[in-house]
Amino acid sequence: MRALVIDDSRTMRRIVAGTLEGLGFETLQAEHGQEALDHLEAGEQVDLACIDWNMPVMDGLTFVTKVRANPQWRNVTLMMVTTESEHGQIVRALAAGAHEYLIKPFTPDAIRDKLDLLGLVPVEEPA
Amino acid sequence: MTLSATSFQLVADLVRRRSAIQLTPGKEYLVESRLLPLARDAGVDLETFVAGLRTARPDVLTEVVEAMTTNETSWFRDGAPYQAMRRTEIPRLVEARRGVGRLRVWSAACSTGQEPYSLAMCLSETLPPAMSAEIVATDLSEQVLERARSARYTQLEVNRGMPAQMLVQHLRRVGTEWEIADELRRMVTFRAHNLLDTPPPGPFDVVFLRNVLIYFDLATKRGILDRVLRVLRPDGVLVLGAAETTLGVHDGWERVTIDRTSVYRPLGAAVTTIPAPREPLAATGTDGPPGTSLPRGPLTAHRTGHHAGTPPTAVRPTGGAAR
Repeated sequence: MRALVIDDSRTMRRIVAGTLEGLGFETLQAEHGQEALDHLEAGEQVDLACIDWNMPVMDGLTFVTKVRANPQWRNVTLMMVTTESEHGQIVRALAAGAHEYLIKPFTPDAIRDKLDLLGLVPVEEPA
Repeated sequence: MTLSATSFQLVADLVRRRSAIQLTPGKEYLVESRLLPLARDAGVDLETFVAGLRTARPDVLTEVVEAMTTNETSWFRDGAPYQAMRRTEIPRLVEARRGVGRLRVWSAACSTGQEPYSLAMCLSETLPPAMSAEIVATDLSEQVLERARSARYTQLEVNRGMPAQMLVQHLRRVGTEWEIADELRRMVTFRAHNLLDTPPPGPFDVVFLRNVLIYFDLATKRGILDRVLRVLRPDGVLVLGAAETTLGVHDGWERVTIDRTSVYRPLGAAVTTIPAPREPLAATGTDGPPGTSLPRGPLTAHRTGHHAGTPPTAVRPTGGAAR
C-alpha cells in the first residue's frame, strides 16, 4: 500500500508520513499539488493521497479536481488533511471529489479511523 | 512511572465497590493514564494521590471512579455493527413494528454521546417517514452525560471516526466546536444509570452495550445480560463490543453473524429476515464525487476490535474488500 503525502510544511509531511508508515504504508512526498501531479504523471502508483489545502504553486483543491478529472487515477483515494475547517470548505472539497477530510490538528488515531472509513484498514497481526 | 501493587489494589477496590467494574492486575497502565491528570491537578505525584484516597472527600472519590470508568469513544465505532444495523436489523425491525410506528433503542454506557448520536444518524437515514425512533442513552457518570447533552464536540473529537459526509450533513460549526443537529438531539434522551441497577423502562428493540462487559467479572456480566434480556423485545437485537460475547456467559442469547460482525438475539426468537439491498462494500474511488450519495464510509468500514487503552499491537494495512 502506497501513500502520497502532499504538504508544503516539511514537519507536517513528516508527521503524516510517519503515522502512515507506522501503519505499514510506503510513502512518497510532495511539497505542492503540481509536484504531486508530476509523481502521478511519471507513473507512480499510489493508493492514497493525503492533501493539504493551502500550498504554493498548486493548492490541494486544484490537485483533487485534476486527479478526479483523469480516469487513469480513479483508484487513488483522496483525503484532505488541512486546517481549513469551515463547513462550506469541507462541502467544496467533497464536491470536488475528495473521499475524506481530516482537520488539523489531529491525533494518529484519527488517521487510522479515517483509513478505516476508506476501506484502507490496518489490521492486527495474528499474535 | 509504575504504580505500586498496594496503590493499584486500593484503586481497584474503590472502583469495584462503586461500580462493580473489575480492574484486574495488568490494568495498572489504565489507572496510571486515567488518574495521572487528576494527580497533576492536585499538585502531587500519583502514589501520593492514590494514598490520599483513603481519606478523600466523596466528590474526589466520585471523580476517580468516573475517570476510571469513562471509555474512550469514537463515532461509528468499529463500523461493522452500524453497517449491520443499517443493512439488516433496522429494515427487519421496521417491518416488524409497522403497527407501532416507533423503534426504541437503548445505548448503555454511552459515555460522551458519540454512540447514541451515531445511532441517531444511522436511524435518521434509514427509517421510513412513517417511523420514528427514541434512543435512551445511559451512563454511570453524570459528568460525561452533561457533555453528551451539550451535543458539542471539539475538532479532535469529530476527527475520530466521523465521516466527512456525515459531519457536513448532521453537524454545524459553533465557534471552534461542532454541534449535533437539533433533529438528532431530539431523538436522544440521556439519563444516569448504573448497569447493576434495574434497566430503564423497556421494551427496547435494540440495545447497544459495547466495550463495557469486559470490565466486569463473570457473575456481574451474567446479571447485566439477564437484565438486558428482560427489557429487550423477543425479536430485538443486542450489540456488544468486538471483543465481547454472550457465549459462556449467559445461555439466553443466540449469536447471529451479519457480514463481518456478530449481534445477539434472545434465544428462540421468531425472526423474519428482510433482505437488504446490496451496497458497495467500501469506498472505491471509482464512483464519482462522493458528495453525491449517502451512505458510505462508516457503515461500510470494519476495524479489528480493540478497546480503550489497549491499542492493537502490530498493524498493517490491507486492501478494502472492493479495492
